[in-house]
Amino acid sequence: MRIAIGTRKGLWTARGDDDGWEVSQPLHDMAEFASVAWMPRADGETPRLIVGARSWFWGPSVMVSDDDGLTWSEPESGAVRFPPEADAALERVWTIQPDPREADVVWAGCEPHSLWRSADGGSTFALNAALWAHPHRADWRPGAGGAAIHTIVPRADGSMIVAMSTGGVYRSDDSDSGWVPANKGIRAEFQPDEYPEYGQCVHRIAVDAADPDRVYAQNHGGVYRSDDSGTSWSPIMAGLPADFGFVVLAHPTRGETAWVIPIAPETMFPPEGRLRLWRTDDAGATWSETGRGLPDGHYASVLRDAAHVVDVDGTAVLAFGTRNGSVYASLDEGESFTEVATRLPDVLSVRVSP
Amino acid sequence: MTGPYDPIVVRWPQALADHAGGARTLTVDATADGRLRDVVDQLTARVPAVARRVVDETGSIRRFVNVYVGEEECRRLHGLETPVPAGSVVYIVGSVAGG
Repeated sequence: MRIAIGTRKGLWTARGDDDGWEVSQPLHDMAEFASVAWMPRADGETPRLIVGARSWFWGPSVMVSDDDGLTWSEPESGAVRFPPEADAALERVWTIQPDPREADVVWAGCEPHSLWRSADGGSTFALNAALWAHPHRADWRPGAGGAAIHTIVPRADGSMIVAMSTGGVYRSDDSDSGWVPANKGIRAEFQPDEYPEYGQCVHRIAVDAADPDRVYAQNHGGVYRSDDSGTSWSPIMAGLPADFGFVVLAHPTRGETAWVIPIAPETMFPPEGRLRLWRTDDAGATWSETGRGLPDGHYASVLRDAAHVVDVDGTAVLAFGTRNGSVYASLDEGESFTEVATRLPDVLSVRVSP
Repeated sequence: MTGPYDPIVVRWPQALADHAGGARTLTVDATADGRLRDVVDQLTARVPAVARRVVDETGSIRRFVNVYVGEEECRRLHGLETPVPAGSVVYIVGSVAGG
């Protein structure tokens, strides 16, 4: 297994299994890596590592590596580049999502709020014109981290769901035609109209493994579930120690199963300093604490893209990183965790490859 | 002494050399009434991987990049409209930032 670790200053990978993990030397320095992704390639080939980097001096880049980060490539003019008519400049690539429906198709969610599609494995991207032209775009605001389309869900029926901070959830039948807001029932506690059509600060969404219409959302205040692809949402945070957080992960193969990592909203610490995951096995009706081996007395949070889950031979493997530079992995469905890396810069993005 | 046909030399730091095949300079022809924008256009045409790290897609100089024409940072002059006489040296440097 491989874990890609993007931090505020530098990129690392880890390789390991039941016998332990080996962390690379820094693969890049002097840049933040808000997004990392592994794209599967042919059997036996090293998965492609695609990263969204940002140098404070020299701006953003998307780079790909087919040899675990030893060598990198990117177009001279940049992989993600706004066309002149957009009159905009790329600030940051917040998420990179390989499309499970089509080989070589990769999506990117960027700042300013924009969605991009690559048909060549992440080498070059084209702006999704329909979402860029959306009349709501002028009203989408940057969250504290920046204006981000942060979750991209390509679905088997050809439709797409994206989520952004702030703006909320949008859905499209085919990504090229219209995008409609899908936020009914999600609260926006930070503004006078608490249930707007759009403008919510949804932190992350995840789709149930058994029901593609069932979607979980960790909101800026509140955890929600939709059973109709986002048309309407219901709160499911009863039983959690805090309703704030940045992460929601759906089990890769088992329905009704998901994890969140609660953060106390008044302190932005894990509740009572206990860094834990909370798991539901009934689509949010009940929650239970999990994560043996995770620390107490822990006062750093886990950011939105710094957690991931994949299926490895029928078992959910989870990994996440913290803002104080630790990365933890679980090979047993989140029951127990071991520390993969420590004392890195604050972790922004984590992705696991089987 | 510089003459009316002396070229303009653009220099950048080692951090950008990997994006220019190891080179750290580019020599461009001076033109009558040439501006910094013309120099950047030359950079874009000939070393695009360096140029896009200096200016963004809208043509604006990146916030933490300083571009000196001679000994003066261009923002203190006329930005991209700063005249660049024949024989000038244009320095691209990252500003003092980070941690």
